[in-house]
Amino acid sequence: MKITLKIWRQANKDAVGGMKTYQLDDVSEDMSFLEMLDVLNEHLTLANEEPVAFDYDCREGICGMCGVVINGAPHGRYNSPIPTTTCQLHMRCFKDGDVIEIEPWKTGSFPVVKDLVVDRSAFDRIIQAGGFISVNTGSAPEAHSVPAPKRQADRAFDVATCIGCGACVAACPNGSGMLFTSAKITHLANLPQGQPERRLRVKAMVAAHDENGFGGCQNVGECASVCPKLIPLESIGQLNRDLFASLLRGDGKAIAGS
Amino acid sequence: MASTTLSVHQKALRSNVVKKAIMAVTGLVLIGFLLMHMFGNLKIFIGQHAYNTYAGWLQSDLLYPLLPEGWFIWLFRIFLLVCLVLHIYCMIVLWGASLHGRGPRYVRTNRKEQTLSSKLMRWLGISLAALLLFHLSMFTIGWIQTGYVYDHSDPYTMFMGAFSQWWMVLIYALFVTVVCMHVRHGFWSAFTTLGANVGPGARNVLNGLAYFVAALLFVGFILPPLAVLLGMV
Ligand code: HEM
Ligand code: FES
Repeated sequence: MKITLKIWRQANKDAVGGMKTYQLDDVSEDMSFLEMLDVLNEHLTLANEEPVAFDYDCREGICGMCGVVINGAPHGRYNSPIPTTTCQLHMRCFKDGDVIEIEPWKTGSFPVVKDLVVDRSAFDRIIQAGGFISVNTGSAPEAHSVPAPKRQADRAFDVATCIGCGACVAACPNGSGMLFTSAKITHLANLPQGQPERRLRVKAMVAAHDENGFGGCQNVGECASVCPKLIPLESIGQLNRDLFASLLRGDGKAIAGS
Repeated sequence: MASTTLSVHQKALRSNVVKKAIMAVTGLVLIGFLLMHMFGNLKIFIGQHAYNTYAGWLQSDLLYPLLPEGWFIWLFRIFLLVCLVLHIYCMIVLWGASLHGRGPRYVRTNRKEQTLSSKLMRWLGISLAALLLFHLSMFTIGWIQTGYVYDHSDPYTMFMGAFSQWWMVLIYALFVTVVCMHVRHGFWSAFTTLGANVGPGARNVLNGLAYFVAALLFVGFILPPLAVLLGMV
């Protein structure tokens, strides 16, 4: 396959970026999208040009490191027949002669590090604010000692599949991180282990979400439609309900925010 | 992050989600008012006496003698104004948060879920506010008089005068279109913000209801002016 690539090049966080065009004549439809970029980078290296920086780790759709906007949609969602990560997108989703535009996540809370690489530590700060349960380390307790109802456990498991890739924020016209935040809220709110800190958690995570510069949700639904893990839009409803209920209680009143 | 003295609870209370909830509640109050207003307008089809009696009842009689004569309308106006001010205040704050959150523009975006009304919500709201001001200047305050002489005791005659002019009907058709597009996304969005979107089924129901309410408002509001223009009243 012959492919024309238009790729966002940006030397560093403060540099002014722009699209640059490249031709690739030796693309196989069996390549993954990242392998195609590897091929481009080999050509660039041989030609003594700076390779395109992009993020990845597992290349099997589970770590959440990869992720670029392809033809205007995170992870090339509308080129792929199924929701998937950039590393699991394959070149057979494109045609010979296609022009493919590639941009990094562009949001206020994920600054570009270089080219297609962004800094997603704002997500880590939301998780640090409450996306955990407090337990003593040491010998693990007997798993059956705390019954978890099947229906809730399934729901928790479905949203716990979030890999934190940030596609939801990248797709959102408001740069909101509500889908990500609500996935963790829904995960822990549906498990018995999540109950003791449930009210404090939702307050702290919502506060951290706003403090890290994410925008407010407008219920457009773009986030859920590009999510490679199918985190459903109604997770945000769970977050909102939990927040409203928790605001009637005193949790977090005595705790100064960071 | 900069250290502040706010507690976690206070921060949550000032969050975007809470501002969204305020927009949702005030927006739903305003939709409720629109439905009531639309119902009132339809009395034009019964005749001058019915229409003016209804208006007179709103202006002075409602809740009398629980409230002194003429108080209800003012309490109600103040209530609606407070809702509108809160709605617009939250919109401005959230708009700022969105501009920051969205960051730099993409060279290309492909958004499949975004509807025209959800994309234009803020601009629809701003146009709505401007048209609302125009509307109040005509029928509530009397700054603008065209086709009639302002007389709050005879709104029927004002209505007939205003809408026998085709361009007035055109302006109001635009007004009603803007309102209905805002309500189309707003109705779904408000219930979703308040937590009613519990699954794909609920999503369909809420979206269906949003289309229904928007269509109902459109038809209910456009019929009376259209009928006046076409000489059917
Ligand atoms: C009769 C007047 C109005 C009605 C019935 C109305 C109704 C609504 C409703 C129900 C919502 C959804 C709230 C939510 O999702 O939480 C909404 C959202 C919104 N309204 Fe209004 N509104 C009115 C006037 C205005 C005005 C005057 C403005 C701006 C100047 C405005 C700007 C907005 C914006 C920006 C949103 C957010 C959109 C979103 O959440 O998707 N509205 N409105
Ligand atoms: S590289 Fe791990 S999810 Fe794509």
